[in-house]
Amino acid sequence: MKPVRLALTALMLLGLSACADQGWNGKSIEGLMPELEFELTAETGETVTESVFAGRPVAMYFGFTHCPDICPTTLARLVAAVRRLPEPLQEELQLAFVSVDPGRDGPQQLADYTDAFSERMLGLTGTQRQLKALTRRYRTTYGYEDERADGSYNVSHSSAIFVFDAAGEPQLMLLDSLGVAEIAADLEKLLAERAENADNA
Amino acid sequence: MSEFLAFFVPWEFSWLVQISVWGALLLYFNGLRKTPAGELPGYAPIIGFVLGVVLMYLVTQTRFDYWSQYMFFVHRGQHLVLHHLAPFLIALAMPAPVLARGLPAGVREWFARQAWLRAAWVPIYRWLQQPAIACILFVGLIAFWLTPEIHFDAMLNVTLYWVMNWSMALDGLLFWWLMFERGRGGITPRLGYGTRVLLLFAVMVPQIIIGASITFADANWFEVYAVCGRAWPLDPMTDQHIGGLITWIPAAMMSVIGALVILRFWIYDDAARNAARPAAARA
Repeated sequence: MKPVRLALTALMLLGLSACADQGWNGKSIEGLMPELEFELTAETGETVTESVFAGRPVAMYFGFTHCPDICPTTLARLVAAVRRLPEPLQEELQLAFVSVDPGRDGPQQLADYTDAFSERMLGLTGTQRQLKALTRRYRTTYGYEDERADGSYNVSHSSAIFVFDAAGEPQLMLLDSLGVAEIAADLEKLLAERAENADNA
Repeated sequence: MSEFLAFFVPWEFSWLVQISVWGALLLYFNGLRKTPAGELPGYAPIIGFVLGVVLMYLVTQTRFDYWSQYMFFVHRGQHLVLHHLAPFLIALAMPAPVLARGLPAGVREWFARQAWLRAAWVPIYRWLQQPAIACILFVGLIAFWLTPEIHFDAMLNVTLYWVMNWSMALDGLLFWWLMFERGRGGITPRLGYGTRVLLLFAVMVPQIIIGASITFADANWFEVYAVCGRAWPLDPMTDQHIGGLITWIPAAMMSVIGALVILRFWIYDDAARNAARPAAARA
Protein backbone atom coordinates (compact mmCIF):
# COMPACT_ATOMS: atom_id res chain seq x y z
CA MET A 1 0.00 0.00 0.00
CA LYS A 2 2.66 2.51 1.08
CA PRO A 3 4.84 2.34 -2.09
CA VAL A 4 1.72 2.53 -4.23
CA ARG A 5 0.62 5.66 -2.43
CA LEU A 6 4.08 7.14 -2.77
CA ALA A 7 4.09 6.45 -6.49
CA LEU A 8 0.63 7.97 -6.82
CA THR A 9 1.76 11.04 -4.95
CA ALA A 10 4.78 11.37 -7.22
CA LEU A 11 2.52 11.12 -10.23
CA MET A 12 0.23 13.70 -8.74
CA LEU A 13 3.20 15.97 -8.22
CA LEU A 14 4.11 15.66 -11.88
CA GLY A 15 0.55 16.33 -12.87
CA LEU A 16 0.02 19.29 -10.53
CA SER A 17 -0.36 21.77 -13.34
CA ALA A 18 -2.88 19.48 -14.98
CA CYS A 19 -4.73 19.05 -11.68
CA ALA A 20 -5.22 22.77 -11.29
CA ASP A 21 -7.32 22.79 -14.42
CA GLN A 22 -10.28 20.53 -13.79
CA GLY A 23 -12.80 23.30 -14.13
CA TRP A 24 -13.34 23.81 -10.39
CA ASN A 25 -13.35 27.24 -8.80
CA GLY A 26 -12.40 25.64 -5.51
CA LYS A 27 -9.44 23.42 -4.93
CA SER A 28 -9.72 19.75 -5.84
CA ILE A 29 -8.63 17.54 -2.94
CA GLU A 30 -9.54 14.26 -4.57
CA GLY A 31 -7.05 11.63 -3.47
CA LEU A 32 -5.17 14.04 -1.20
CA MET A 33 -7.07 13.11 1.94
CA PRO A 34 -8.82 10.13 3.52
CA GLU A 35 -12.59 9.54 3.42
CA LEU A 36 -14.93 11.09 5.96
CA GLU A 37 -14.93 9.47 9.40
CA PHE A 38 -15.85 10.89 12.80
CA GLU A 39 -17.69 10.49 16.07
CA LEU A 40 -19.25 13.70 17.34
CA THR A 41 -22.22 15.03 19.27
CA ALA A 42 -25.00 16.40 17.08
CA GLU A 43 -27.14 19.45 17.90
CA THR A 44 -29.81 16.99 19.03
CA GLY A 45 -27.48 15.81 21.79
CA GLU A 46 -27.00 12.40 20.21
CA THR A 47 -23.63 10.84 19.46
CA VAL A 48 -23.33 10.41 15.70
CA THR A 49 -20.85 9.18 13.11
CA GLU A 50 -20.40 9.96 9.41
CA SER A 51 -23.35 7.63 8.72
CA VAL A 52 -25.66 10.41 9.97
CA PHE A 53 -25.38 11.89 6.47
CA ALA A 54 -26.95 8.72 5.06
CA GLY A 55 -24.87 8.56 1.92
CA ARG A 56 -25.47 12.12 0.80
CA PRO A 57 -22.81 14.60 -0.34
CA VAL A 58 -21.76 16.93 2.48
CA ALA A 59 -20.40 20.46 2.67
CA MET A 60 -18.64 20.75 6.02
CA TYR A 61 -17.28 23.82 7.77
CA PHE A 62 -15.26 24.15 10.98
CA GLY A 63 -15.92 27.20 13.12
CA PHE A 64 -17.47 28.44 16.38
CA THR A 65 -20.75 30.20 17.04
CA HIS A 66 -19.11 33.23 18.71
CA CYS A 67 -17.08 33.80 15.53
CA PRO A 68 -17.43 37.50 14.76
CA ASP A 69 -17.06 37.59 11.00
CA ILE A 70 -15.55 34.71 9.01
CA CYS A 71 -17.98 31.94 10.06
CA PRO A 72 -21.25 33.80 9.53
CA THR A 73 -20.18 35.26 6.18
CA THR A 74 -18.83 31.92 4.91
CA LEU A 75 -21.94 30.04 5.99
CA ALA A 76 -24.17 32.75 4.52
CA ARG A 77 -22.34 32.47 1.19
CA LEU A 78 -22.65 28.68 1.27
CA VAL A 79 -26.36 28.83 1.97
CA ALA A 80 -26.88 31.50 -0.72
CA ALA A 81 -25.00 29.29 -3.20
CA VAL A 82 -27.17 26.28 -2.33
CA ARG A 83 -30.31 28.39 -2.93
CA ARG A 84 -29.10 29.08 -6.46
CA LEU A 85 -29.01 25.37 -7.29
CA PRO A 86 -31.90 23.77 -9.16
CA GLU A 87 -34.56 22.56 -6.69
CA PRO A 88 -33.88 18.79 -6.80
CA LEU A 89 -30.14 19.31 -6.29
CA GLN A 90 -30.71 21.54 -3.26
CA GLU A 91 -32.35 18.64 -1.47
CA GLU A 92 -29.40 16.36 -2.05
CA LEU A 93 -26.68 18.36 -0.36
CA GLN A 94 -26.20 18.06 3.39
CA LEU A 95 -24.63 21.02 5.21
CA ALA A 96 -22.61 20.53 8.38
CA PHE A 97 -21.15 23.00 10.85
CA VAL A 98 -18.55 21.57 13.24
CA SER A 99 -17.88 23.80 16.24
CA VAL A 100 -14.31 23.55 17.50
CA ASP A 101 -15.30 25.49 20.61
CA PRO A 102 -17.22 22.87 22.66
CA GLY A 103 -16.66 24.92 25.82
CA ARG A 104 -19.20 27.49 24.65
CA ASP A 105 -21.15 25.59 21.99
CA GLY A 106 -23.58 23.10 23.53
CA PRO A 107 -26.28 21.30 21.49
CA GLN A 108 -28.89 24.02 22.04
CA GLN A 109 -26.53 26.82 21.10
CA LEU A 110 -25.55 24.88 17.96
CA ALA A 111 -29.13 24.13 16.97
CA ASP A 112 -30.12 27.82 17.30
CA TYR A 113 -27.09 28.87 15.28
CA THR A 114 -27.41 26.43 12.38
CA ASP A 115 -31.18 26.83 12.10
CA ALA A 116 -30.64 30.53 11.50
CA PHE A 117 -28.76 29.61 8.32
CA SER A 118 -30.58 26.60 6.95
CA GLU A 119 -32.73 23.74 8.12
CA ARG A 120 -30.45 21.39 6.20
CA MET A 121 -27.45 22.42 8.26
CA LEU A 122 -26.46 20.02 11.04
CA GLY A 123 -24.50 21.38 13.99
CA LEU A 124 -21.83 19.09 15.40
CA THR A 125 -19.24 19.30 18.13
CA GLY A 126 -17.39 16.93 20.41
CA THR A 127 -14.72 16.43 22.99
CA GLN A 128 -11.29 17.86 22.29
CA ARG A 129 -10.12 14.36 21.43
CA GLN A 130 -12.92 13.80 18.92
CA LEU A 131 -12.46 17.22 17.35
CA LYS A 132 -8.69 16.81 17.14
CA ALA A 133 -9.13 13.44 15.44
CA LEU A 134 -11.43 14.89 12.78
CA THR A 135 -9.53 18.13 12.14
CA ARG A 136 -6.23 16.30 12.05
CA ARG A 137 -7.62 13.85 9.50
CA TYR A 138 -8.12 16.80 7.15
CA ARG A 139 -4.81 18.38 8.14
CA THR A 140 -6.50 21.36 9.73
CA THR A 141 -6.24 22.64 13.24
CA TYR A 142 -7.70 25.17 15.66
CA GLY A 143 -6.43 27.06 18.66
CA TYR A 144 -7.73 29.37 21.38
CA GLU A 145 -6.66 32.85 22.31
CA ASP A 146 -6.18 33.69 26.00
CA GLU A 147 -9.46 34.64 27.65
CA ARG A 148 -10.11 38.38 27.83
CA ALA A 149 -11.41 40.18 30.93
CA ASP A 150 -15.03 39.73 29.80
CA GLY A 151 -14.55 35.98 29.32
CA SER A 152 -14.57 36.12 25.52
CA TYR A 153 -11.78 34.67 23.42
CA ASN A 154 -10.97 34.25 19.76
CA VAL A 155 -10.55 30.84 18.10
CA SER A 156 -8.38 30.12 15.07
CA HIS A 157 -9.89 27.56 12.70
CA SER A 158 -9.94 26.41 9.10
CA SER A 159 -11.43 28.93 6.70
CA ALA A 160 -12.39 26.43 3.98
CA ILE A 161 -15.55 24.47 3.31
CA PHE A 162 -14.78 20.79 2.74
CA VAL A 163 -17.03 19.04 0.24
CA PHE A 164 -17.37 15.25 0.35
CA ASP A 165 -19.17 13.07 -2.17
CA ALA A 166 -21.90 10.60 -1.22
CA ALA A 167 -19.30 7.92 -0.45
CA GLY A 168 -17.53 10.29 1.96
CA GLU A 169 -14.57 10.82 -0.38
CA PRO A 170 -13.16 14.35 -0.13
CA GLN A 171 -13.73 16.21 -3.39
CA LEU A 172 -13.34 19.93 -3.00
CA MET A 173 -12.13 22.67 -0.76
CA LEU A 174 -14.07 25.90 -1.17
CA LEU A 175 -11.72 28.68 -0.12
CA ASP A 176 -13.04 31.82 1.50
CA SER A 177 -11.96 33.84 -1.52
CA LEU A 178 -14.80 32.33 -3.59
CA GLY A 179 -18.01 34.20 -4.25
CA VAL A 180 -21.56 32.82 -4.14
CA ALA A 181 -21.73 32.24 -7.92
CA GLU A 182 -18.43 30.34 -7.92
CA ILE A 183 -19.47 28.14 -5.01
CA ALA A 184 -22.82 27.46 -6.68
CA ALA A 185 -21.11 26.49 -9.94
CA ASP A 186 -18.84 24.03 -8.14
CA LEU A 187 -21.66 22.49 -6.13
CA GLU A 188 -23.85 22.14 -9.19
CA LYS A 189 -21.06 20.48 -11.12
CA LEU A 190 -20.37 18.05 -8.28
CA LEU A 191 -24.02 17.17 -7.72
CA ALA A 192 -24.75 16.90 -11.45
CA GLU A 193 -21.86 14.46 -11.85
CA ARG A 194 -23.39 12.40 -9.08
CA ALA A 195 -26.79 12.43 -10.79
CA GLU A 196 -25.11 11.33 -14.01
CA ASN A 197 -23.33 8.48 -12.29
CA ALA A 198 -26.57 7.40 -10.66
CA ASP A 199 -28.27 7.35 -14.05
CA ASN A 200 -25.51 5.22 -15.51
CA ALA A 201 -25.60 2.77 -12.66
CA MET B 1 6.36 19.98 33.62
CA SER B 2 3.77 17.91 31.75
CA GLU B 3 3.66 20.63 29.09
CA PHE B 4 7.42 20.39 28.76
CA LEU B 5 7.18 16.62 28.28
CA ALA B 6 4.26 16.98 25.88
CA PHE B 7 6.60 18.95 23.62
CA PHE B 8 8.57 15.75 23.00
CA VAL B 9 5.61 13.68 21.86
CA PRO B 10 5.96 13.45 18.05
CA TRP B 11 3.04 15.07 16.24
CA GLU B 12 3.45 12.61 13.38
CA PHE B 13 5.57 9.68 14.43
CA SER B 14 7.91 8.60 11.62
CA TRP B 15 9.82 5.33 11.79
CA LEU B 16 12.08 6.54 9.02
CA VAL B 17 13.15 9.64 10.97
CA GLN B 18 13.46 7.71 14.24
CA ILE B 19 15.63 4.99 12.69
CA SER B 20 17.74 7.50 10.76
CA VAL B 21 18.41 9.74 13.75
CA TRP B 22 19.01 7.11 16.40
CA GLY B 23 20.87 4.94 13.86
CA ALA B 24 23.19 7.83 12.95
CA LEU B 25 23.92 8.61 16.61
CA LEU B 26 24.52 4.95 17.42
CA LEU B 27 26.85 4.47 14.46
CA TYR B 28 28.72 7.62 15.36
CA PHE B 29 29.32 6.65 18.98
CA ASN B 30 30.25 3.13 18.01
CA GLY B 31 32.63 4.63 15.45
CA LEU B 32 34.19 6.91 18.06
CA ARG B 33 34.73 3.93 20.34
CA LYS B 34 36.61 2.09 17.60
CA THR B 35 38.67 5.11 16.49
CA PRO B 36 42.35 5.03 17.54
CA ALA B 37 43.15 7.80 20.02
CA GLY B 38 45.33 9.65 17.52
CA GLU B 39 42.55 9.94 14.94
CA LEU B 40 39.72 11.10 17.20
CA PRO B 41 37.94 14.11 15.72
CA GLY B 42 38.08 16.42 18.77
CA TYR B 43 35.27 17.95 20.80
CA ALA B 44 34.01 20.56 18.34
CA PRO B 45 33.16 18.15 15.48
CA ILE B 46 31.58 15.66 17.89
CA ILE B 47 29.38 18.34 19.43
CA GLY B 48 28.59 19.73 15.95
CA PHE B 49 27.52 16.37 14.58
CA VAL B 50 25.35 15.45 17.57
CA LEU B 51 23.79 18.91 17.66
CA GLY B 52 23.00 18.77 13.94
CA VAL B 53 21.32 15.37 14.18
CA VAL B 54 19.43 16.29 17.35
CA LEU B 55 18.19 19.54 15.75
CA MET B 56 16.80 17.57 12.80
CA TYR B 57 15.01 15.32 15.25
CA LEU B 58 13.61 18.20 17.29
CA VAL B 59 12.05 19.99 14.32
CA THR B 60 10.42 16.84 12.89
CA GLN B 61 9.52 14.60 15.81
CA THR B 62 8.20 16.96 18.47
CA ARG B 63 5.47 19.54 18.98
CA PHE B 64 7.60 21.80 16.78
CA ASP B 65 6.39 19.82 13.76
CA TYR B 66 2.78 20.63 14.68
CA TRP B 67 3.54 24.35 14.80
CA SER B 68 5.41 24.01 11.48
CA GLN B 69 2.34 22.55 9.84
CA TYR B 70 0.01 25.24 11.07
CA MET B 71 2.13 28.39 11.08
CA PHE B 72 4.00 29.63 8.04
CA PHE B 73 6.84 31.29 9.90
CA VAL B 74 7.49 28.21 12.05
CA HIS B 75 7.52 26.14 8.87
CA ARG B 76 10.21 28.46 7.47
CA GLY B 77 12.16 27.94 10.69
CA GLN B 78 11.83 24.18 10.29
CA HIS B 79 13.27 24.36 6.79
CA LEU B 80 16.03 26.69 7.94
CA VAL B 81 17.10 23.95 10.35
CA LEU B 82 16.60 21.06 7.91
CA HIS B 83 18.24 22.68 4.90
CA HIS B 84 20.78 25.07 6.39
CA LEU B 85 21.69 24.83 10.04
CA ALA B 86 21.65 21.11 10.85
CA PRO B 87 23.31 19.87 7.61
CA PHE B 88 25.85 22.69 7.98
CA LEU B 89 26.86 21.42 11.42
CA ILE B 90 26.84 17.78 10.32
CA ALA B 91 28.91 18.35 7.17
CA LEU B 92 31.39 20.59 9.00
CA ALA B 93 32.00 17.74 11.47
CA MET B 94 33.10 15.42 8.60
CA PRO B 95 31.52 12.39 10.24
CA ALA B 96 31.96 9.95 7.32
CA PRO B 97 35.09 8.10 8.54
CA VAL B 98 33.69 7.76 12.06
CA LEU B 99 30.30 6.56 10.78
CA ALA B 100 31.99 4.00 8.52
CA ARG B 101 34.03 2.71 11.47
CA GLY B 102 30.81 2.43 13.45
CA LEU B 103 29.39 -0.16 11.06
CA PRO B 104 29.85 -3.76 12.20
CA ALA B 105 32.81 -5.35 10.35
CA GLY B 106 30.51 -7.84 8.58
CA VAL B 107 28.32 -5.11 7.14
CA ARG B 108 31.34 -3.08 6.02
CA GLU B 109 32.84 -6.10 4.27
CA TRP B 110 29.51 -6.88 2.63
CA PHE B 111 29.33 -3.33 1.26
CA ALA B 112 32.95 -3.58 0.07
CA ARG B 113 32.08 -6.73 -1.89
CA GLN B 114 29.10 -5.14 -3.66
CA ALA B 115 31.09 -3.46 -6.42
CA TRP B 116 27.92 -2.84 -8.43
CA LEU B 117 26.45 -0.78 -5.59
CA ARG B 118 29.44 1.53 -5.62
CA ALA B 119 29.45 1.56 -9.42
CA ALA B 120 25.82 2.67 -9.41
CA TRP B 121 25.94 5.13 -6.55
CA VAL B 122 29.21 6.98 -7.14
CA PRO B 123 28.38 8.37 -10.62
CA ILE B 124 24.95 9.53 -9.44
CA TYR B 125 26.45 11.14 -6.37
CA ARG B 126 29.22 12.85 -8.34
CA TRP B 127 26.71 14.04 -10.92
CA LEU B 128 24.59 15.61 -8.18
CA GLN B 129 27.69 17.21 -6.70
CA GLN B 130 28.64 19.21 -9.77
CA PRO B 131 28.75 22.90 -8.80
CA ALA B 132 25.95 24.05 -11.12
CA ILE B 133 23.65 21.15 -10.25
CA ALA B 134 24.29 21.54 -6.53
CA CYS B 135 23.35 25.25 -6.70
CA ILE B 136 20.27 24.67 -8.83
CA LEU B 137 19.08 21.93 -6.47
CA PHE B 138 19.76 24.03 -3.39
CA VAL B 139 17.83 27.09 -4.56
CA GLY B 140 15.44 25.18 -6.81
CA LEU B 141 14.05 23.10 -3.95
CA ILE B 142 13.40 26.20 -1.85
CA ALA B 143 11.59 27.82 -4.78
CA PHE B 144 9.76 24.61 -5.72
CA TRP B 145 8.25 23.95 -2.30
CA LEU B 146 7.42 27.64 -1.86
CA THR B 147 5.47 27.79 -5.13
CA PRO B 148 2.04 28.59 -3.67
CA GLU B 149 0.11 25.79 -5.46
CA ILE B 150 2.74 23.17 -4.62
CA HIS B 151 3.06 24.43 -1.07
CA PHE B 152 -0.70 24.13 -0.72
CA ASP B 153 -0.71 20.45 -1.71
CA ALA B 154 2.36 19.63 0.36
CA MET B 155 0.69 20.95 3.51
CA LEU B 156 -2.51 19.02 2.78
CA ASN B 157 -1.06 15.62 1.93
CA VAL B 158 0.89 13.65 4.53
CA THR B 159 3.11 11.85 2.02
CA LEU B 160 3.98 15.00 0.10
CA TYR B 161 4.73 16.75 3.38
CA TRP B 162 7.32 14.14 4.30
CA VAL B 163 8.76 14.07 0.77
CA MET B 164 9.21 17.84 1.11
CA ASN B 165 10.99 17.68 4.46
CA TRP B 166 13.22 14.77 3.47
CA SER B 167 14.18 16.43 0.20
CA MET B 168 15.20 19.57 2.08
CA ALA B 169 17.28 17.66 4.64
CA LEU B 170 19.01 15.43 2.07
CA ASP B 171 19.76 18.30 -0.27
CA GLY B 172 21.09 20.33 2.65
CA LEU B 173 23.48 17.49 3.46
CA LEU B 174 24.61 17.20 -0.17
CA PHE B 175 25.24 20.92 -0.52
CA TRP B 176 27.10 21.57 2.73
CA TRP B 177 29.04 18.31 2.31
CA LEU B 178 30.34 19.69 -0.99
CA MET B 179 31.16 23.03 0.62
CA PHE B 180 33.11 21.61 3.56
CA GLU B 181 34.89 18.70 1.78
CA ARG B 182 38.48 18.49 3.04
CA GLY B 183 41.00 16.14 4.62
CA ARG B 184 41.56 12.69 3.17
CA GLY B 185 40.00 12.41 -0.30
CA GLY B 186 36.75 10.53 -0.76
CA ILE B 187 34.17 10.35 -3.52
CA THR B 188 33.02 13.96 -3.04
CA PRO B 189 34.49 16.25 -5.72
CA ARG B 190 36.97 18.68 -4.16
CA LEU B 191 36.22 22.16 -5.43
CA GLY B 192 38.68 25.03 -5.15
CA TYR B 193 38.09 27.30 -2.15
CA GLY B 194 37.39 30.27 -4.40
CA THR B 195 34.76 28.29 -6.31
CA ARG B 196 33.04 27.35 -3.06
CA VAL B 197 32.84 30.96 -1.88
CA LEU B 198 31.41 31.92 -5.27
CA LEU B 199 28.81 29.14 -5.06
CA LEU B 200 27.76 30.29 -1.59
CA PHE B 201 27.28 33.77 -3.00
CA ALA B 202 25.41 32.35 -5.99
CA VAL B 203 22.86 30.59 -3.76
CA MET B 204 22.59 33.56 -1.42
CA VAL B 205 21.29 36.05 -3.99
CA PRO B 206 18.21 34.07 -5.11
CA GLN B 207 17.41 33.24 -1.49
CA ILE B 208 17.45 36.95 -0.68
CA ILE B 209 15.14 37.59 -3.64
CA ILE B 210 12.71 34.82 -2.59
CA GLY B 211 12.76 35.88 1.06
CA ALA B 212 12.37 39.59 0.30
CA SER B 213 9.54 38.90 -2.17
CA ILE B 214 7.61 37.03 0.51
CA THR B 215 8.37 39.67 3.15
CA PHE B 216 7.21 42.57 1.00
CA ALA B 217 4.30 40.80 -0.73
CA ASP B 218 1.07 42.65 -0.02
CA ALA B 219 -1.12 39.64 -0.79
CA ASN B 220 -1.40 36.46 1.22
CA TRP B 221 0.47 33.93 -0.93
CA PHE B 222 0.17 30.93 1.34
CA GLU B 223 -3.55 30.55 1.82
CA VAL B 224 -3.17 26.99 3.02
CA TYR B 225 -2.47 28.19 6.59
CA ALA B 226 -5.78 30.05 6.62
CA VAL B 227 -7.50 27.08 5.04
CA CYS B 228 -6.10 24.66 7.60
CA GLY B 229 -6.34 26.97 10.57
CA ARG B 230 -3.37 28.40 12.41
CA ALA B 231 -1.85 26.90 15.53
CA TRP B 232 -2.97 30.03 17.37
CA PRO B 233 -4.76 33.17 16.19
CA LEU B 234 -2.16 35.31 14.38
CA ASP B 235 -2.65 37.83 11.62
CA PRO B 236 -1.94 36.03 8.29
CA MET B 237 0.15 38.89 6.92
CA THR B 238 2.24 39.06 10.10
CA ASP B 239 2.83 35.32 9.78
CA GLN B 240 3.89 35.74 6.16
CA HIS B 241 6.17 38.72 6.93
CA ILE B 242 8.04 36.85 9.65
CA GLY B 243 8.25 33.76 7.41
CA GLY B 244 9.71 35.86 4.61
CA LEU B 245 12.29 37.37 6.94
CA ILE B 246 13.37 33.89 8.10
CA THR B 247 13.71 32.76 4.47
CA TRP B 248 15.73 35.87 3.73
CA ILE B 249 18.06 36.88 6.55
CA PRO B 250 19.24 33.83 8.54
CA ALA B 251 19.34 31.74 5.35
CA ALA B 252 21.57 34.31 3.64
CA MET B 253 23.65 34.59 6.82
CA MET B 254 24.42 30.88 6.59
CA SER B 255 26.12 31.56 3.24
CA VAL B 256 28.25 34.28 4.85
CA ILE B 257 29.19 32.05 7.78
CA GLY B 258 29.92 29.20 5.36
CA ALA B 259 32.19 31.50 3.34
CA LEU B 260 34.06 32.54 6.51
CA VAL B 261 34.62 28.89 7.42
CA ILE B 262 35.96 28.19 3.92
CA LEU B 263 38.25 31.23 4.09
CA ARG B 264 39.66 29.78 7.28
CA PHE B 265 40.35 26.45 5.53
CA TRP B 266 42.02 28.44 2.76
CA ILE B 267 44.28 30.41 5.10
CA TYR B 268 45.29 27.28 7.02
CA ASP B 269 46.05 25.43 3.78
CA ASP B 270 48.15 28.30 2.49
CA ALA B 271 50.00 28.56 5.77
CA ALA B 272 50.67 24.81 5.73
CA ARG B 273 51.93 24.99 2.16
CA ASN B 274 54.20 27.95 2.90
CA ALA B 275 55.56 26.18 5.95
CA ALA B 276 56.25 23.08 3.85
CA ARG B 277 58.00 24.93 0.99
CA PRO B 278 61.12 26.30 2.75
CA ALA B 279 61.52 22.95 4.45
CA ALA B 280 61.51 21.24 1.06
CA ALA B 281 64.01 23.80 -0.30
CA ARG B 282 66.37 23.20 2.61
CA ALA B 283 66.31 19.44 2.12
